[in-house]
Amino acid sequence: MTISGSDMSVESVVRRVVADHRDQRGALLPVLHAVQAELGHVPQEAIPVLADELNLSRADVHGVVTFYHDFRREPAGRTTVRICRAEACQALGADRLVSYARESGLTLGETSADGSVTVEQVFCLGNCALGPAVEANGRLYGRVGPARLGSLLNGTPNETLDGTVSA
Amino acid sequence: MNNSSHTAATVYVPRDSAARSVGADEVAGALQRAATRGDFAIDVVRNGSRGMLWLEPMVEVVTPQGRVGYGPVTAEDVDGLLAAGLLDGADHPLRLGLVDELPWLARQTRVTFARVGVTDPLSTRDYVEHGGLAGLRAALDMTPADVVAEVTESGLRGRGGAGFPAGIKWNTVLGCADELKFVCCNADEGDSGTFADRMVMEGDPFLLIEGMTIASHAVGASEGYLYIRSEYPDAIATMREAIEIAREHGWLGKGILGSALDFDLHVRVGAGAYICGEETSMLESLEGKRGTVRAKPPIPAIEGLFGKPTVVNNVLTLTTVPVVLAKGAKAYQDLGVGRSRGTQVFQLGGNIARGGIVETAFGITLRELVEDYGGGTRTGRPLRTAQVGGPLGAYLPTSMFDLPMDYEAFAEAGAMLGHGGIVVFDDSVDMAAQARFAMEFCAEESCGKCTPCRVGSVRGVEVIDKIVAGTHRDENLALLEDLCDLMTDGSLCAMGGLTPMPVRSALTHFPDDFLGGRRLLDIQPVQASRPIQPVQVSQPVQASGVRTEGTA
Repeated sequence: MTISGSDMSVESVVRRVVADHRDQRGALLPVLHAVQAELGHVPQEAIPVLADELNLSRADVHGVVTFYHDFRREPAGRTTVRICRAEACQALGADRLVSYARESGLTLGETSADGSVTVEQVFCLGNCALGPAVEANGRLYGRVGPARLGSLLNGTPNETLDGTVSA
Repeated sequence: MNNSSHTAATVYVPRDSAARSVGADEVAGALQRAATRGDFAIDVVRNGSRGMLWLEPMVEVVTPQGRVGYGPVTAEDVDGLLAAGLLDGADHPLRLGLVDELPWLARQTRVTFARVGVTDPLSTRDYVEHGGLAGLRAALDMTPADVVAEVTESGLRGRGGAGFPAGIKWNTVLGCADELKFVCCNADEGDSGTFADRMVMEGDPFLLIEGMTIASHAVGASEGYLYIRSEYPDAIATMREAIEIAREHGWLGKGILGSALDFDLHVRVGAGAYICGEETSMLESLEGKRGTVRAKPPIPAIEGLFGKPTVVNNVLTLTTVPVVLAKGAKAYQDLGVGRSRGTQVFQLGGNIARGGIVETAFGITLRELVEDYGGGTRTGRPLRTAQVGGPLGAYLPTSMFDLPMDYEAFAEAGAMLGHGGIVVFDDSVDMAAQARFAMEFCAEESCGKCTPCRVGSVRGVEVIDKIVAGTHRDENLALLEDLCDLMTDGSLCAMGGLTPMPVRSALTHFPDDFLGGRRLLDIQPVQASRPIQPVQVSQPVQASGVRTEGTA
């Protein structure tokens, strides 16, 4: 989601999200998930506001934001593709998918220059009997070959390439 | 030809995310469209998965003879299936037969997974009709101490990997005098090769709620937290919905089922840190902190979440509790071997022809699981190894496949049964690369609190690279041994402490792979139609979009 209008500043979003989670014990993780859901990432400006609202030091908040892989410091591309590189998918050639992404000019953990796609590695999507597994924009795909990965990276997941999924 | 003249036929299409990953939603959509067009009277029910994942999407139709399965079905198959008489269970090349009689399923002892794939996961009526709440009702008629005694008596051990007796842990929490106690369910199932927690949460969520509620009664806790990894969005959504429904039905909240028990349950979502599957890291994360490991003692049972006495159990442990209470400790204990009582939910994954869930009594051999159930490799190439118990488990050669699956037998063989996840590899695997990956994974996912894990894993990668490159091989092999000793003995938790297990098992059983790496190009493809590129983490990636792998 993009921010529009002066009243939708990072600060106001963060304060509202914290207020929504006020009754929860140890609420920082749910708060960070909610901030990221609204803003697409956890911007640097959010950290002092979170520290103030939750009565924590900035260092504490910064430490938490940077500890967890899920929290982004920069907005992601329009499509986010995560390739599983854990053992069960390795056993079925997950590295072939990683090579394919690299050969397409993409770097794991980075967003393409045109902002269209972010490709990341992930260790296990819980689809170990139907690997290699890939997640694209929150949706899980099994038995993914390079052709299917290509259509996911292009943001056209419903292209029938191997007959497993159609529109 | 069809039974649209009378009542609508009930057709089950799984909502399990593995089934969805290969097109179950599209199949359900195609069936729905046929019903909307008025061609057929179909009532589509989204069930959990039966765990025969190579057959997904598996469609089941209710017939007078029982539920008939078809699979794997694609959306394109649906019209043809309907025309052939799917709704009457008619013949078709995709017809599998009566699902309950399929040998793969019929041979199993489904205890924890008894309802998964059978019912609509969010139907309270289905749940109760299939024996749900019997365990909780039984528990509420007993004193907390008697519930703990029953669980102890059953021999139920923690299914998360460590295998610690659940009843003993509960007893410690029960013995604490604090007003505020917690029940936490660890659903941070991050190990590769494990997916049973996910499947039970997606396929039978009320069972987990019931198990946690029994635990709360047993130990005197009023609040529960369910920590689910963010990589499982379907499980998160299903559990949240089930908790709402449970509250509406008085299965959670104040005065549960008319008793004096007050208990409420909250879902918390992880944020992509593998280490949060370690119980003390999970507690830190639940408190809103970095997921770093705590030193033990104090144990969480005495000083856990927010410093209060806390039960921390894995999903499969808590989902087995209702069965123990409903059927009695004796019935559960009668299953299994030695000190490994009851059933274990084995998960077959990786390069395997028939992957999925095999729930059976302890004592089955690895060979029976991988060859009889699993049908060997998916690629059709010879089996080379299986990693048992997750990324921190040992790689076992096929010569050890007759090992019985029980905690003690595995420990004796220098391996661990863990949570029963089994990842199969064919002969194209490079074991030096797998050993290197174990260290690399530890370096990536270490919480950073203790030096043996944080620094040792980085050094481990470097030393393995030197060994493979042939640089002072003997000295570096000795150094790797020493490093493994240090990580095993000096790490704060199992992450650093067990990372040497896959490394050492690879070195012990596959030493040749460390002599300059395997000659990958020497491996000839067995089936030209499905070539798989060997894993080659430590070597330059083949720079070509064309499939040339495995051939000279």
